[in-house]
Amino acid sequence: MPDWLVSMKSLSVAYNGKVVLSDINFTIRKNDFIGVIGPNGGGKTTLLKTILGIVHPFRGSIEFNEGIEASKLIGYLPQISTGDLNYPLTVKDVILSGLMIRKKLVSRMSETDRQKAEKVMSELGLSGLSSALLKDLSGGQQQRVFLGRAIIGDPGLLLLDEPGTFVDANFENDFYEKLRDLNRKMAILMVSHDIGTISAYIKSFACVNRTLHYHPSSEITNENLLAYGCPIQLVTHGDVPHTVLKIH
Amino acid sequence: MENSLLQYSFILKGLLGAVFASITAGLAGTYIVSRKMVFLSGGISHASFGGIGLGFFAGINPIIGAAVFSIFSALGIEYLSVRQKIREDSAIGILWAFGMATGIIFIYLTPGYAPNLMSYLFGSILTVTTADIIALGIMSVILILYFGIFYRTILYISFDEDFARTYSPYVNVFKYLTTSFIALTIVLNIRMTGVVLVISLLTIPPNIAMLFTREYNKIVIWAIIAGFAGIITGYATSYFLGIPTGATIIFTLVILWIIVKTVIRFSSVRKINPGEKQ
Repeated sequence: MPDWLVSMKSLSVAYNGKVVLSDINFTIRKNDFIGVIGPNGGGKTTLLKTILGIVHPFRGSIEFNEGIEASKLIGYLPQISTGDLNYPLTVKDVILSGLMIRKKLVSRMSETDRQKAEKVMSELGLSGLSSALLKDLSGGQQQRVFLGRAIIGDPGLLLLDEPGTFVDANFENDFYEKLRDLNRKMAILMVSHDIGTISAYIKSFACVNRTLHYHPSSEITNENLLAYGCPIQLVTHGDVPHTVLKIH
Repeated sequence: MENSLLQYSFILKGLLGAVFASITAGLAGTYIVSRKMVFLSGGISHASFGGIGLGFFAGINPIIGAAVFSIFSALGIEYLSVRQKIREDSAIGILWAFGMATGIIFIYLTPGYAPNLMSYLFGSILTVTTADIIALGIMSVILILYFGIFYRTILYISFDEDFARTYSPYVNVFKYLTTSFIALTIVLNIRMTGVVLVISLLTIPPNIAMLFTREYNKIVIWAIIAGFAGIITGYATSYFLGIPTGATIIFTLVILWIIVKTVIRFSSVRKINPGEKQ
């Protein structure tokens, strides 16, 4: 059995008439945990959207393993702002929406689906909140609900777009630990700015800035950042919160 | 004999009208309130006045003119906002006034006697025909089937459109279809409350429901109940006091909203039955 999930060959993607990704050769392997770093507007989100099939390449190809359609294989945690947090939808219903990928247009949720949702909720520490609304929850809990939606379908690949943005500091470590657990079952591709934090959890990283450079190690060193021409924001911790901007 | 028959038909018309109006307004209203499309819907209802004027001028049923106008303006606004070529609120504002202006000009140009403007602006139960009631009944069935069959699909698209696009190629189809149904619902209810007031018929009942319930399907059911209570009470009041029906219905719904809000504020009881407030 081949160990790859997604394979991109000479892939180029344009967005609003502008080339955002150019000549990408990239293979996502089973059980990998890839941190995707790179500057804003460098094409990180476009890369995720290409894998999800929302954006299509104008050149090159993207292939999925085992003849499974892209959407059935992939769980997606978008930046939290895409869902309407005031919508009158319960936590359980939001998590169940992750199963819509496998449902026909006319379909109801079965008892098995509901039990599966309960199981995901208890795994993510959301037990007892099934009929709560999103607006009643903390930022960290909301993030876990959206993670639940992404994993309820047992995807082979989990895509995360800036999961750190809205997570409160207390929950951040729990969240990454949870990802580490999930990584035993699925490959993870995570877009993040906060390479300081994620470097402890990832197995490899990819630097995306119109081009993509894959580095099969979690060590993010000055040398390989320089070699890839990847301008990056380094966040460090001290008594006074501060940000150090790396010069290239 | 003739008098009691008239009275009977008036009551039947009112009762059926109230049932169908509350069902259509409850289903469509909960959707627009949840999706924060109230202003858009206000724009659609006012834009439809252009169709009413055109209908008079061309000698066709003004409601058909209004239906065509409102569906096209609704789809136009959705299209423009999807493409993000123009600010949505500006587009709505322009269309809103354009529809009203067109309507007034065509009615002015229509030869012969000037049709009763007031009845279209503020509604008049006397102008409601059996055909209107049947149309509203058919719309109720369509909406119940549509929302019943595609409940989760519709809900999840309006909750998180971007995520829905990752699994469904039909997001735009559903958005346009639902918006068209909303536009039709608005137009068919214009006879009841008029162009100016119809938006309140859609927005007040779900807002009453949201005072004491939080889940989408329950909001729909309570919105229908609250809508029915408000419409039937307003209808009866307007009949006995001899005041305009549309305005009385909306006035009653607002009073109902105030009563429910006050009761919830000053009691520990979270769930109450708005139907008992008369």
